[in-house]
This record gives sequence, C-alpha cells and structure tokens, in this order.
Amino acid sequence: MKINEKHLIVSAIKNGTVLDHIPASSIFKVIDILHLTQDNNQITIGSNLDSKSLGKKGIIKIADRFFADEEINKIALVAPQATINIIKNFEVIEKKIISIPENVNGIVKCVNPMCVTNHQDIETRFITISKGSDIQLLCHYCEKVTDSKNLKIISDK
Amino acid sequence: MPKSLISIHDFTKEEIIHILEIASGFEKNKSQKILEGKIIACIFFEPSTRTRLSFETASNRLGARVIGFSDTDNTSISKGESLKDTIKMVSNYVDMIVMRHPLEGAARYASEIASVPVINAGDGANQHPSQTLLDLYTIQQTQGKLNNLTINMVGDLKYGRTVHSLLQAMSHFSPKFIFTAPEELMMPEEYKDFLDEKKISYTETSSLTEYLDDTDILYMTRVQQERFSDPIEYEKVKNVYRLEAKMLRNVRDNMKILHPLPRINEIATDVDDTPYAYFYKQAENGMYIRMAIIAYLLGYK
Repeated sequence: MKINEKHLIVSAIKNGTVLDHIPASSIFKVIDILHLTQDNNQITIGSNLDSKSLGKKGIIKIADRFFADEEINKIALVAPQATINIIKNFEVIEKKIISIPENVNGIVKCVNPMCVTNHQDIETRFITISKGSDIQLLCHYCEKVTDSKNLKIISDK
Repeated sequence: MPKSLISIHDFTKEEIIHILEIASGFEKNKSQKILEGKIIACIFFEPSTRTRLSFETASNRLGARVIGFSDTDNTSISKGESLKDTIKMVSNYVDMIVMRHPLEGAARYASEIASVPVINAGDGANQHPSQTLLDLYTIQQTQGKLNNLTINMVGDLKYGRTVHSLLQAMSHFSPKFIFTAPEELMMPEEYKDFLDEKKISYTETSSLTEYLDDTDILYMTRVQQERFSDPIEYEKVKNVYRLEAKMLRNVRDNMKILHPLPRINEIATDVDDTPYAYFYKQAENGMYIRMAIIAYLLGYK
C-alpha cells in the first residue's frame, strides 16, 4: 500500500531520470544547477516529502532526459546523498551514486566579496577539498574557501 | 600559456632557491643589460610606492623599457573598460606585464588571457609573491641559511598577506614559528592546520617581549586601525606592539628585524640605528629579486 501512496504523491515516469533523496532545503538549488528551468521535458517536482533518513526530502523526475555523470555530479555540492535512478519503461534499470567532482566551474558564487569573479564577467572556478563530510571549494582566482554554509548557486536568471 | 608568477605556490622549492641565486648575482652586478629591446608594462590599478618603483627600476637596470600607468584615473578603465580588454590590449604591445590590482584573483585571471608572462605585484589581500621572495632572500642574507630558523611574526597575523605567504614559503625550510599578535589578529586556523600537516611547530603569544630573545628573524607588520571595530581597542594594541631599542638588550646576536614597510609607529626610530634593523636593506633587496623574477620568466636566467 505504501508504494501506491507514493505513486499518488509523485507520479511515475515511463522513461527518464529520477533524482531522489535530495534534502528538501536543496531542491531549488538542484533545479538551478541542472538548469531545469530551461528544460522543456515533463518534470515532476516533489518537496517536503517524508523521509526516514532526511526527515523532509525532495524528489525530481525528469521524463525522457538522461544526464552525463559529470553533469549529475555537480549536485553533490548541495545533495551529496542523492540517488539517481535511470528509468526505462517504468523500471529502474540503473542506480547511480553521485561522487564529488574535483573541479566546480561556473555553478557556485565565490563567497569573497573582493574576488575578481564577483566584479568582472568571469566564470567562477573552484577546486573541491573535502574536510570530513563537509565539502569546501577553494577559489582558483582569489584562493579563498567557500564552505557549504556559504554556498550560493549562480542561478540562470 | 607562458610561465607567470601569480602566487608563491607557483614556484617549486628549487625555483625559489634558483631565484635567490640569480638575485644575488644581480646584487653583485646591478646593471646587466640582458633585456635590451624588451618592453615591460607596469600597470598599477591602485597606488603603490616601493613595489612599482622597484619593478620599474629593476626593468631599467636590465635594459628593458617600461610603459604603464600608476593609477586608473587617466585610462580607459575609468570609462568602464573590462580587465579582460585592458590585459588583451596591453599583452599585444609588450613582452611582460607587471600588475597590481585591488581585486583578489585579478592577476591569475590576467595570466590566463595574456599572451606574455604576468607578474602579480599584489592582488588585494591575496598574494604578493615578489615580497615573499625578497623576504626569503633577506632572511638568507642575514642568517647565511634558510633552514632551521626561528621566525617571530608580529602584528596583524589575521589579515596580513605577507605573513601568510612567508609562512607558506618558509615551510620548505624546517622553520619554527612564533606568532605574536593581539587576540583579534591571531593567525587564522587554516594556516595553523597547514603547519600541523607539515609537522612544523609554532607558539602563540600576545606579548611582544615574551619570545624576543629566542628569535632569529623578527618579522614586524603594521597593525591597521581599520581592522578594529572599537577604536579604544586599537589604541591599546597600537602601543603594546611598538618595538623600542631598549627591548633589544638580550636578543640573539644574529637577530634581524624585517618589515614589509610602510611602518607607522610599530618600530620606534631609535631601533633604526641598532645592528638589528634590516628593513631598509630588505626594501633594497626587492629590486634584485624583481630583476631575478623578470629575467627568469623571460627565459634569460
């Protein structure tokens, strides 16, 4: 019965990608990172769903769209425990675990107000450094660290 | 991409030692016209005295000609020209760019779009690698070595870029550090973590006199008023971190006092005449180091 309840909340897709176990607070950041606001595919978004592990989780289902690993890995910054399910004909044919990318380009704003990327038209570039479970981004330009608390995603708008 | 010097991490230990050797050659023979016919742009997007003059003098002593500007008032930058366009244009004119910019990371960006080597002469509070190299040169000159020295850094250790870069560069040479700073301006955790990783020992104190007699190099920096939210706190600290000649009675014979300058009141003028004061010679060394950096990056040494 439980499965059916879930289906009622967020309907299944025939083919495409399901991003599950996104922290509810990160769901709109994930949408920004994957540029889903510009996507013409059918997208179902669920937020604040009950989750045993996360408390409140988000889920995004994108019909007929499949992501390259390097593209999907970008969401590790805001949803490191997210799971990626590849759906073909209503079946999960592959589950992917995301891994933290070594370099992060053009997604995150540098926290340093004096960084050149915040004043000139320059794409941001970071090197990822993990400190325990926390992900920190070292700016390639100003050499300052942006930590997950200060992570601001550059949105499409 | 031609080799540039943006951050002290851009040079290996071997390159650092090589630069110091070249600089020593230039100190012995100050005018070597090996760059006759070359043109070097010194573009300063914010004011500077020592750094700009010493880069320009270094270029001239090598026989190169210098073009550039020392502030942005009379340039197209005041009309809103982007950094990219300025650098693209200048790099088509010259053989090398020396630049200072108030924004952090500006020099790194410039080095990626320029067709010629770029030397970072200071990018905001970030890096100033020629200062670090001249500090190393001066330390070696006064101590006869770089290894196993006790370096006592005094003043603004929180925001001071010179102390951070010097700390990183000295980490190649098994130093011991003493950090002397008021509570508000202590060495940030990230640099202490860096030393822990490298197994380099350090001691912290808020007393200027506590370790004065156990020091080989006393590296003084200016405590800037704008770092304090409470002006009364600044007044207290300002006088605590003032070095006077009478405090130097029991220091080591080899002890030398360095300061990146400008100094305001943190070193009393009566210190200038003691055998320990070395900051004027340190500033002079900046010229030899800058000659060495220019000659090395242009492939002449």
